[in-house]
Amino acid sequence: MTVTDTALAASGLGKRFGRRGAWALRGCAFRLPAGRVCAVVGPNGAGKSTLLALAAGLLAPSEGTVTVLGTDPASARARVGYVAQDKPLYPQLTVAETLRMGADLNPGRWDAETAERIVSAGELDPGARIRTLSGGQRTRVALALALAKQPELLLLDEPMADLDPLARHELMGTLMARAAQYGTTIVMSSHVVAELEDSCDHLLLVGGGRVRLAGEIDDLLDAHTRVSATAPAPEGTGDTGLAPHTVVESRVTGRQLSALVRPSGPLPDGWRTAKPSLEELVLAYLRNPQAAPLTPAEPAEPAGRPADAEALA
Amino acid sequence: MVEYRIDRHSGVATYVQIVQQTKQALRLGVLRPGDKLPTAREVVEATAINPNTVLKAYRELERDGLVEARRGLGTFVRRGLSTAPADSPLRSELGAWAVRAHEAGLDREDVAALFTAVLDEHFSTTADRPATATTADQPAPATTAGRPAPATTTDPQAPDPTPQGDPS
Repeated sequence: MTVTDTALAASGLGKRFGRRGAWALRGCAFRLPAGRVCAVVGPNGAGKSTLLALAAGLLAPSEGTVTVLGTDPASARARVGYVAQDKPLYPQLTVAETLRMGADLNPGRWDAETAERIVSAGELDPGARIRTLSGGQRTRVALALALAKQPELLLLDEPMADLDPLARHELMGTLMARAAQYGTTIVMSSHVVAELEDSCDHLLLVGGGRVRLAGEIDDLLDAHTRVSATAPAPEGTGDTGLAPHTVVESRVTGRQLSALVRPSGPLPDGWRTAKPSLEELVLAYLRNPQAAPLTPAEPAEPAGRPADAEALA
Repeated sequence: MVEYRIDRHSGVATYVQIVQQTKQALRLGVLRPGDKLPTAREVVEATAINPNTVLKAYRELERDGLVEARRGLGTFVRRGLSTAPADSPLRSELGAWAVRAHEAGLDREDVAALFTAVLDEHFSTTADRPATATTADQPAPATTAGRPAPATTTDPQAPDPTPQGDPS
């Protein structure tokens, strides 16, 4: 196995469709350490799918670079599993034929047992044609293909969208087990934050074609504080006392001030503070496109990860 | 072997839930010294949570001296917390007390409230609860925890005063 501690990195990455088209993504810079489970979150049209397709090598950047497993996307392709949002499969093939195709296309890497297990957990008839399957069943087949390839990096575009709650839990469990056992890096997008909150340890928040937040979820949450205070300022002066801190969002209702800030020093004594939830954090940034982004290009020490053989044995 | 149940809406950090449930299993003697904890892979496959969360919980248990990781073998219980195992005299006294409370006409919530009040009188509440420390000025755990929490009343850990944030 190649030793790279960075699974995915972008620098000045941008993509626009057509020479005069609008930028779907621009000025993207981040680094995702290997072994992380990363949520790519953002509203519809934010550039999530574009980012994943760039990483998968299906789109070429208009500017900047994207590095995948220490090399360019095309060279990394054999080690990357990608499931596009529309789960493209051959509709005329049966489930069994689709898996056989996966085996033929991935010589030396194919794990037939994993593919069979994922498909049979959904009680899919191997003889059923792809075109007769529901959206959720197709997702299952697409994930079976991607996982059986035993990739070092999995890129999943809205993988959970079509799945019922039971299948969602089961397949998310399968993905997490893969990450725990093999240290597989997983990048998955969703516009539903809550769906990913417990499964991911890293976040890329994409909005308006830019990366707004990037980093370990714990670090991002620690960097922010939700504050509320009573009667912060004489009416009309507008002096809320927030000035020294980076304000993501603030609101004054009557005598009540509430805000989400990145504190740059101690906060006044009388203020009540609380740690935001991931969803609060993401929504605050999405509601406030002007808020300063937080995307440390070189995140702190990539803390050692599941190779923790003792806990996995 | 324990099985962890993650409640996403409890307001308690996921790794803390694993720590608490492990300690609970140790107290009740469900887990005993020498027992093996489930592997991170087994836990995440069943719960769909992030593997690091499990490792973080196990590290905390290890720091407390309750478990030890043996390279290549797994994580094992070092010592129990079973001062009052399932068959101890303390437990049977409590059982007898519950019977008397029932005969005296107390219902489940009355008993839980009474138990919590006595618990608060004799034990500090701040001890093993790192995750909830951020919410300031939380009133002392109400004796009549009005939360309709199914099946927590028999939990000697007491109904957790889940911080609900500020009513702002």
